[in-house]
Amino acid sequence: MKLCVTCLFFVILISCNRAGKKGVRKVDEGLKMGLPKNVVTDGAIQIGVYDFEGLEPLLNRKNGKTYVVNFWATWCKPCVTELPYFERLGEKYKDSGVEVVLVSLDMPGTLDKKLLPFVKREALTSRVVVLDDPRQNDWIPKVAEEWSGAIPATLIYNKDRRAFYESSLTYTELEENLNALTDTK
Amino acid sequence: MKPLLRISLLLTVVLTMGSFSGPSHPVDEGYRIGDIAEDFSLINIDGKMVSLSDYENAKGYLLIFTCNTCPYAQAYEDRIIALDRKYSKMGVPVIAINPNNPEKSPRDSFEEMKVRAHQKKFAFPYLLDKEQKIYPLYGATRTPHVFLLERKTHGNEVKYIGAIDDNYQDAASVENRYAEDAVNAMLEGKEIRITTTKAIGCGIK
Repeated sequence: MKLCVTCLFFVILISCNRAGKKGVRKVDEGLKMGLPKNVVTDGAIQIGVYDFEGLEPLLNRKNGKTYVVNFWATWCKPCVTELPYFERLGEKYKDSGVEVVLVSLDMPGTLDKKLLPFVKREALTSRVVVLDDPRQNDWIPKVAEEWSGAIPATLIYNKDRRAFYESSLTYTELEENLNALTDTK
Repeated sequence: MKPLLRISLLLTVVLTMGSFSGPSHPVDEGYRIGDIAEDFSLINIDGKMVSLSDYENAKGYLLIFTCNTCPYAQAYEDRIIALDRKYSKMGVPVIAINPNNPEKSPRDSFEEMKVRAHQKKFAFPYLLDKEQKIYPLYGATRTPHVFLLERKTHGNEVKYIGAIDDNYQDAASVENRYAEDAVNAMLEGKEIRITTTKAIGCGIK
C-alpha cells in the first residue's frame, strides 16, 4: 500500500513536472491521456488539445469501463444533431461504468470563437477534448481500420470488445450499440 | 448411379454458389484500385451535362467529390484549383462533384455552387450529383475525396483514392502530395507508391 502511494506520488510529480516544463495546465486527469499540447479555457471550461499520441491512450484503456468516443466538430451539422444523444447516454449510464468522451476535430484556429462558446451554450456535461493532428492518414486507421475519415464517427469499446460506426446514430441505435457491446451473454 | 447423382448434386450446389458469390467485394463499398469506373452524366453549373467521355484527349481524370460548406473542402479549394491548373494541360483535368443533398445542406444548392465557383473562378466543371447515385457508386464517403482515373482502352481505371495531401491546415507544411504523386507516376507509366489514403472530411449529406 505504502509503495503504491509512493509510486502514485512520483507519477504525479513527474507529470506535473512535464506539464510545468511545457507551461501547460493539466486537464483531463481521469482520462490518463498524454499531455495536451495546448489548453483552451473559458471560465470553468477547460479543453485539452491533443495530438494523436496524446489522445491514443484514451482509445485503448483496459479497465472495467466502457468508453463511448464520438468524433465530431461544431461545423459538422449531423454531428451537432446527435450530440444530445451522447449527452443523454452518458447521463443515463454514468453509474454503470460508461464514459462518454466527445473528441472535437474543430480547426485549431477556431477553438476560442467556435468550440468554447458552443460547449458553454449547449452546457455539455460530457468530457470534450480536441484532437489536432494533421497527419490524418497515419492516425485514422489507428482509431479503426475501417474508418475512411468521415464524421460523425463513434468508437465504443471496453477491454474485451470494440465497435466502430462511421455514420450518424439515433439515440436508440446508440443505446443498442452500447448494450450489444456490454452484453456478455 | 447413386454416388454419381450425389456428386452431380454437389457439383450443382458448388457451381451455383460460385455464380452467386459475384464480385469479390460488395458493390455498395464502392470502387477499389484497379476497378473500372463507370461514366456518368451530371449537370454542370453552366447548365450543360458533363460526362468523362466528353474529354476526348484526356489521359485521366482527377475526380474530386467536394462541396461549398465543408471546412475541409474549403481548406483545399485553392489546392484543387492549382491541381487543375497544373494537370488539365497535361491531360488530367479536375472534375469536381458536389455529392450533398441541397435539402439537407442548403448552402450546397445548385445556385450556391454557381456563386462559389464564380467567386473562386473555377476553371473546371463543378457538377451536382443530383440523384446522389454517383458518389455511392464510387464509394465516396466525405468531402473532399479524390478519385484518380486513368483513361484506358477498356475503360477508366481507378488508380488512386483518398486525400489531396497530408496537411489540410497548412499547404506550406505538406510533406506528401498524394494526389500529385499519383498523377505524376500515372503519366510516367510508373507504379503509384501510395494508392489509398485516409483523411478527415465531412460526411456526405
